[in-house]
Amino acid sequence: MAKPMHPTPNLDQLETGPWPSFVTGIKRLAKDSDMAVDLLGQLEHSYETRMGHWKGGTLGVVGYGGGIIPRFSEIKNPDGSYKFPDAGEFHTLRIMPAAGMHYDTGTLRKLCDIWVKHGSGLIALHGQSGDIMFQGASSENVQKAFDEFNELGFDLGGAGPALRTSASCVGHARCEMSCYDEAKAHHQVINKFLDDLHRPALPYKFKFKFSGCPNDCTNSIQRSDFATIGTWRDNIRTDEGMAKKWFAKNGINTLVNTVTGMCPTRAMQIKATKDVAKGEHITSVALDGSQSLEIDNKNCVRCMHCINVMTGALQIGKDRGVTILMGGKSVLKIGATMGSVVIPFMPLNTDEDYEAYLDLAQRVMDFFAENALEHERTGEMIERIGLANFLEGIEVEIDPNMINRPRMNPYTNMVGWDEEVAKAEARKAAAA
Amino acid sequence: MAQPQVRKPVEGFLDNKKFLHPKFAANYGNWKYHDRPRPGVLHHVSNTGDEVWSVKAGTQRQMDHYTIRKLCDIVDKFGEGFMRFTMRSNVEIAVSSAAKVDPLIAELEKNGFPVGGTGNSVSMVAHTQGWLHCDIPGTDASGVVKSMMDNLIDEYRHERMPNRVKLSTSCCEINCGGQADIAVVVQYTKPPKINHDLVSAICERPTVVARCPVAAIRPTIINGKPSLEIDEKKCVCCGACYPPCPPMQINDREANKIAIWVGGKNSNARSKPTFHKLVAAGLPNNAPRWPEVNAVVGKILKTYQEDGRPWERMADWIDRIGWPSFFEKTDLPFTKYMIDDWRGGRVNLNASAHVRF
Ligand code: SF4
Ligand code: SF4
Repeated sequence: MAKPMHPTPNLDQLETGPWPSFVTGIKRLAKDSDMAVDLLGQLEHSYETRMGHWKGGTLGVVGYGGGIIPRFSEIKNPDGSYKFPDAGEFHTLRIMPAAGMHYDTGTLRKLCDIWVKHGSGLIALHGQSGDIMFQGASSENVQKAFDEFNELGFDLGGAGPALRTSASCVGHARCEMSCYDEAKAHHQVINKFLDDLHRPALPYKFKFKFSGCPNDCTNSIQRSDFATIGTWRDNIRTDEGMAKKWFAKNGINTLVNTVTGMCPTRAMQIKATKDVAKGEHITSVALDGSQSLEIDNKNCVRCMHCINVMTGALQIGKDRGVTILMGGKSVLKIGATMGSVVIPFMPLNTDEDYEAYLDLAQRVMDFFAENALEHERTGEMIERIGLANFLEGIEVEIDPNMINRPRMNPYTNMVGWDEEVAKAEARKAAAA
Repeated sequence: MAQPQVRKPVEGFLDNKKFLHPKFAANYGNWKYHDRPRPGVLHHVSNTGDEVWSVKAGTQRQMDHYTIRKLCDIVDKFGEGFMRFTMRSNVEIAVSSAAKVDPLIAELEKNGFPVGGTGNSVSMVAHTQGWLHCDIPGTDASGVVKSMMDNLIDEYRHERMPNRVKLSTSCCEINCGGQADIAVVVQYTKPPKINHDLVSAICERPTVVARCPVAAIRPTIINGKPSLEIDEKKCVCCGACYPPCPPMQINDREANKIAIWVGGKNSNARSKPTFHKLVAAGLPNNAPRWPEVNAVVGKILKTYQEDGRPWERMADWIDRIGWPSFFEKTDLPFTKYMIDDWRGGRVNLNASAHVRF
């Protein structure tokens, strides 16, 4: 039995309505946790004052420089003691879940047991970077809780100017759109840069995200410095049986209005089967006895739309790899910026492919560590120095897939033009 | 902290293989297609003909261990011992036979976990920590989300939007909740109030000066102590100076407002990804149930639901009808604050004679 509850007239109103209530959950904890009782008192005080009342601090576990988010209550009695003493220290441990956020029930229960023993029993699944947020430990218990999580195989996530916890989509485990093994790449990247994750020493935060296809379920272009997105180079594949079934069910209007008409590059046409083009880059599939769908794969930008609509009838290609974009970030301080293409295509299948991929990641991290200003994200750095200089620094060749359009102003010194033409010719020759 | 014995941590990112449902493991990277037998259920078929059904349900994200244990009990009894979570705090429970789907759904619903969130539904709101745990929050994300999802639960349970709808809530302008079809974000309307007694003790002044995006902060001396001052005419009330210098209090009971942004899209499907755009601001931070915010979100969703065509995301829909129609149809006031005057903002002006009448 815990101590008596504080009145919570504001929070009580969040117990009404059909969606699961976090307040009801914390009240369940408060039956035998003084910490939860005082957490509710502190939160109710925020609802009354409409202000936050936590402050940060420094706190860690042995051997690590980040991963703990310290919180001390700022609501004090006149004598300086905590008004809500049992939640006066209410720290969060960021713990990395396995890639794809998969769990078995046994492990989840063990995580709960540890958190009841050393913390409040309140767990967020998951934080915005993809950590499990174990919320509410006293300063004294942080190390104990971490030790037990670590015994179970879990490790701390990132915080501060460090490599941050990463996220990958469900991908290979359960999605037919997945073009590479996201969990494998995720796993290898985090383990390669563990030191940067646990001991913050970068100019600012750095995030990797892994999406299996351009549907980009992890929001990697907008939310990560290094976005690895699955794609393919060859043709969209088809299943004629499924295409015919889809067409019989949905008809020509739906096909035109929601598939061919929505292709961003008008790469699809409906044709009489006898008129369908032949060629290395053409995909076609019969829809019924007379009509076929034709795709010019040279002009397909792998947007995923038609494959999303006609799942199974249309399928990703077989020559798979990744497109890598760099420099995405949220608002601070130049405004939100998206990642832009740095690697249009790179295979990611064999051990050598992974080696080349991790080498690239290493060059980017090194360049960032050496060249970014304090509190500058990769996107801001690229904006400051220009993409061409960034590419030179990470030893990547330029490619017209990196731009929406060439420059529209003359303000640059082009004295090196002839040399650059020679390089372009050499690239062409090497590719041929 | 004196540790009697220092335990050496085992650093490393654990492998996810042992947490995969056996069907996921057996068909890893070998799936062929999926369909949705009903809202809240995904049915995946592999190239070998193997099938798996995933039942998706909403949670409150901030979960007490009893809730998590309840989920575990349901998964053990009606599922097959494995589950995963999505980025939006939905739980997905996999089963290997169609017959297990309905009893699992019934049990989830009976225990208060709404089943839905698939396809063209309104999914759970991605959100931040707010008053519950953040050190700089302007509002309480979990409370805003609870009040929104109470209103939207029917749209969570059904698939009757033109395309999927992803929402986010952020309790400061940094927007940790992320880009979304509709994003609810705190908007400050007053420059920070500085507690000059504390600045020199707590803040690294050059760092704070450098943090301001419009160079509005200058070092100064107040009452003989080093402090900082703000050119309030320049200040854009972003709050960027507050995290490195808590004595520069940006939050205010009345001046903290809520803004609503629409048309953020992370997917590359059809159009390229886009950021969300400002369509409403000045809404009161009206805890505990934020009725004004809910009214605007509801109105935008209803308009999109009625006017959007199949497969059009919010951004695609607005792209088709144009911004004048958007403001007309949603009855939201278009103000000068929606005209972008930030660096490079002129690309957001209409540099053409394309005008809708
Ligand atoms: S995937 Fe390719 S063909 Fe299909 S809609 Fe997108 S661009 Fe067009
Ligand atoms: S609120 Fe933003 S604009 Fe105003 S002084 Fe602080 S950092 Fe500068």
